[in-house]
Amino acid sequence: MSTFLWGAFFGVAAGLVIAIGALFGVWGERKVSARIQMRIGPNTAGPFGLLQTLADTVKLVLKEDVTPVRADAGVFKFAPFLVFTPIAMGMAVIPFARGWAPLDSSVGMLFYLAVPSLSAIGTLIGGWSSRNTFATIGGIRGAAQMVSYELPRTLSVLSVVLLAGTMRPVAVMDAWQWWWIPLTLLGFLVYFISSIAEVNRGPFDLPEAESELVAGYFADYTGIRWAIFMMSEYGGVVAASLFGAAFFLGGFRLLPGVLGIVAYLLLAVLLIVAMMWVKWTFPRMRPDQLMTTAWKVLTPMALVQLAIVGVVIPWL
Amino acid sequence: MSIEIESRECVVDSGGGQVEELVVNVGPSHPSTHGVCRVIVHLDGEIVTKAEPVIGYLHRGIEKICENRTYNQIVPLTDRLDYVGSMYANWAYCRAVERLAAIRVPERAEYLRVIVCEMQRIASHMMAIGSSAADTGAFTMFIYAFDERERLVELFEELCGARLTYNYVRPGGVSFDVPEGWTDTLRAFTKAHRTALDEMDKLFFGNVITRQRLKGVGVLSAEDAVGWGASGPVARGSGVNWDLRKHDTYSVYPRFDFDVPTGSNGDAYDRARVRLFECYESCRIIEQALEQMPEGRIKAEGVPRLIQPRPGEAYDHIESARGSLGVYIVSDGSPRPYRVKFRSPAFCNLALLPLLAEGHTLSDLVVVLGSLDPVFGEVDR
Repeated sequence: MSTFLWGAFFGVAAGLVIAIGALFGVWGERKVSARIQMRIGPNTAGPFGLLQTLADTVKLVLKEDVTPVRADAGVFKFAPFLVFTPIAMGMAVIPFARGWAPLDSSVGMLFYLAVPSLSAIGTLIGGWSSRNTFATIGGIRGAAQMVSYELPRTLSVLSVVLLAGTMRPVAVMDAWQWWWIPLTLLGFLVYFISSIAEVNRGPFDLPEAESELVAGYFADYTGIRWAIFMMSEYGGVVAASLFGAAFFLGGFRLLPGVLGIVAYLLLAVLLIVAMMWVKWTFPRMRPDQLMTTAWKVLTPMALVQLAIVGVVIPWL
Repeated sequence: MSIEIESRECVVDSGGGQVEELVVNVGPSHPSTHGVCRVIVHLDGEIVTKAEPVIGYLHRGIEKICENRTYNQIVPLTDRLDYVGSMYANWAYCRAVERLAAIRVPERAEYLRVIVCEMQRIASHMMAIGSSAADTGAFTMFIYAFDERERLVELFEELCGARLTYNYVRPGGVSFDVPEGWTDTLRAFTKAHRTALDEMDKLFFGNVITRQRLKGVGVLSAEDAVGWGASGPVARGSGVNWDLRKHDTYSVYPRFDFDVPTGSNGDAYDRARVRLFECYESCRIIEQALEQMPEGRIKAEGVPRLIQPRPGEAYDHIESARGSLGVYIVSDGSPRPYRVKFRSPAFCNLALLPLLAEGHTLSDLVVVLGSLDPVFGEVDR
C-alpha cells in the first residue's frame, strides 16, 4: 500500500487508541477518585459502570454546538484539534514490543518530546479566541506552564538517551539494562511530575480549574469540542505513562516474550492510576508556585540526574 | 459566572509610574462554594490592589418580617439566617426573648441546647474546612469533611425531623426530647470523629501544597482583628483569645472543661486550623454534657403560646461557629416585637476582605474568602 494509505491507517488507529484510552481513562478516573473519596463511582451503566463514558459521549455529541458571538470562530473551532493531534502523533514512536514501534524513527525520543508540545499552542489559541478575559488568562498560564515543564522533562529523558547512546526508541529498549532503574530513579521522578504538569493535570491544573474562581481556558467550549480537550488530556496521560513505563521502568524488557508486553501494559496502567491518585490527594498549586517548582526545583534535579549519568557512562 | 471587565484605566501607582489597572467583577454566582458574593477587584497584573465585596444578593428583609410575626413565629426565620448553623441563630434569639420575658429554662433543656449547638459547631466547621479545601482543589478533603457532616445531619434529622433548618430551640426550651438510642449514636460519633479529624489533619493540613497555598495568605494582626470587630475563629486565628463561652459565659458552659484553640500567625492556615481544633473541643463538651445531662422537662412551664413580654429591650449573644452572634430585641408590649436586630459575625468578618486580600494574587482572594467563612444568609439577612 502506498505511504499515504499507511499514514491514513495509522492516523485513524492512533485517534481510535486515544479515544478508547480516553474512554477507559474517564471511567478509571471516576472509579479511582470515587474509591479515594469513600464512594463507589458509576455502577449503573453497564457492568461496573464501564458504559458510562459512552453514555456521556453520546450526550455530548447531541449537544448544541455553541460558538460565542464575540469569539474568533475559525480559530475557536480549530483549537481543540490543534491540542489533540500532536498528542496522537506523539504516541506513534512509543515501542510496544521488541523491535517494533508504529513509527520507527531514528530521532524518536526527540519526536516524542517535541511534537506533543505543539498542543501548548492549541491551549493558548483556544483561550485567546474565546474573547473572554479569564479564558485568555487561563490559556496564557496553560501555555506558560506547559513550556516551563518541557525543560525538566527533556533533561530527564536525556539521561536515558545518554545511557542508551541512541535516540531511536526501539534501539533504546534493546539496550535497556535492569540497573538503569535505580540509576535513573531521580530522573523518573522528575519525568513523572513534569508529565503531570504537561497535561494540565493534578496539582498543576490551574489553567483548567481556574474555574474554581473564574472560567478556564476551555470554558466556552461545549459538547464534543470540550470532549476533544478531555480526550487529549487523557491521551497525554496514557502517552506519558507508556513512555515512562517503557524507558524508565523497563517496559517489555522486564519479562520475556508476551509476558513482557503484559507487564509493560500493567506498569503503564499503574502509572496512570498513580497520576489519578496524585490529582485527588493534593490541592492545586498557585501559578507562581508552579513556575518556581519547574525552574527552581525540577530543573536542578534533572541536571543532577544528568550529572550522575554522565559520571557513570565512562564505566559502561 | 459573569466576569466582565468594568474598566481599564491608567493610574499612577505607588512607585510614581503609570500602570494599567484592570477592574474585574467576580460575579455573584461562582463555583466557589460560599454563596452569592460579588467582589469588585482592581488588579495590577496578577496582584489585587483593591477588593470590594458587594453584598445584598441574599437580602430577604428578615428583620423587617420579624416585626410582623409573633415571637414563636420568628424562630423558623432565624433558621434561615445562618443556614449552616441554624441551632445557633435559634438559640441566640431565644436567649434574647427569655431575657426580655424573664423565662427560666429548665436544666435538661439547657444541656440539650449545648449539645446540639456543639454538634452544629462541628458540622459548620466541617463545611468551612471542606469548602476551603474544595477552593484550593482538594476535592477529597471536601468529601471527607462532608461525610462527617452527614453523620451529624442524620442525627439532627432523627432529633427534630430536619436536616438543615431545625426550628429546634424555642423560647423556653427545646421542641423535642432525644429519641431512643440517639445519645448512643452520638457517643459513637464523637469517638469516631476524633479519628476522622486526625486523618483530615494529615491529609489536608499536613500537605505541603496546602501549606504553600494557605500559609502567609490573608494575614490579620491581632490589633486589626480587634479593631475591625472580628470574632470567632477569624479573631482567634490571630491570637486574640476571646471566646464567649469562656469569657462571657452563658447557659451551662461553666460546668464543662474545654480549651479554646488560638493561632499565632493570623493567616488562612491558622484560621482553618483553629476550626479543626475547635471540633476536638466540641467533642469533649458533647461527651461531658451527655454524662451530666439530668432528666426533667425540656420546656419551661407556663410559657404562653403568644409571648407578650413587657416593653423594654434585650440583647444577648452567643459564640456561634462564625463568631459572636447577637440578637437585639425591642418590645413594645405587644405579641410582636417592635424591632429585631441580628448582629451577624459573618457580616463583620467579611468587612475584613479588602484588608486581607490586598497585595495577594487573584487565586489567594478565594482562599481568603474561604478562611473568613461567610454564610450569606447571615451576611445579607
